Amino acid sequence: MKVLLNGSSYSLKDNCSLDSLIKNLELDGKYAVEINQNIIPRSQYRTKKISNGDKIEIVQAIGGG
Amino acid sequence: MKNSDKDKFKIADSVYSSRLLVGTGKYKNTEEAKSAIEESGAEIVTVAIRRTNLGQDKNKPNLLDIISPSKFTILPNTAGCYDADSAIRTCQLARELLDGHDLVKLEVLADKKTLFPDITQTLHAAETLVNDNFKVMVYTTDDPIIAKNLEEIGCVAVMPLAAPIGSGLGIQNPYNIRNIVENASVPIIVDAGVGTASDASIAMELGCDGVLMNTAIAEADNPTLMASAMKKAIQAGREAYLAGRMPKRAYASASSPADGRFF
Repeated sequence: MKVLLNGSSYSLKDNCSLDSLIKNLELDGKYAVEINQNIIPRSQYRTKKISNGDKIEIVQAIGGG
Repeated sequence: MKNSDKDKFKIADSVYSSRLLVGTGKYKNTEEAKSAIEESGAEIVTVAIRRTNLGQDKNKPNLLDIISPSKFTILPNTAGCYDADSAIRTCQLARELLDGHDLVKLEVLADKKTLFPDITQTLHAAETLVNDNFKVMVYTTDDPIIAKNLEEIGCVAVMPLAAPIGSGLGIQNPYNIRNIVENASVPIIVDAGVGTASDASIAMELGCDGVLMNTAIAEADNPTLMASAMKKAIQAGREAYLAGRMPKRAYASASSPADGRFF
């Protein structure tokens, strides 16, 4: 299936959980995740299944004023 | 002990000693940011929330590794938001990112050239965020009526601009800033537009509780040295405010006595 991940098309296997997507991305440090504009709490990463066409945003803190 | 040694201030429920708040943007590299921020003595440090760069170099340090939430109060901003909804969404993501930390800097912009805030959207976003239990430090114009409205909504600090963000023009309307300070019962922090140390001192002499700046330090030729200058300027301005300045006179007033002259 395909999702829109941080604005770009991204392919992943069906029935993938958010947790396994994050592991595949090898993310470092602190981040927060939103799927279709709903924030997914860290505690739900393992149970949250990703669906075809989901719009996923993964954000972090960067320099700003 | 001087009065200034125990001169602390409170935002929401937290007490701070440093009245200089700094941003983390525009630095050449993370080492330069770290050095300047440490030198500034700031306790509250702003960050922006943006998409994670997914192809990122693993050796590149994460900002929160350098500006550790255990050492600094992290103040996520809503920079780049031009409507209330995106600002609210940014704050909610920031709260999740920072494990429930609920202090945010709200800014809703109106115009790319001036980066002046959109006050209608700012008021709307502030109300929604306060109702959602955020502690909102709000960027606004130097309009005293709006500043009071934002305080009444429940913002924990009101942050009027000195001049446009990144302009370095210094305080353009000291009359309004003083008026905002006189009518406030929450901290007033000048946010944006400071260019050099004297600008920060003027803000503090007007009675502001603090100054938030980024570009003035980050774009200096020597950011660490400017951070040191800003720290002293904030302290000097604050002490001058507490000391109570002499009245201004139209003409001279001799410092040496007229009596006892032998000439």
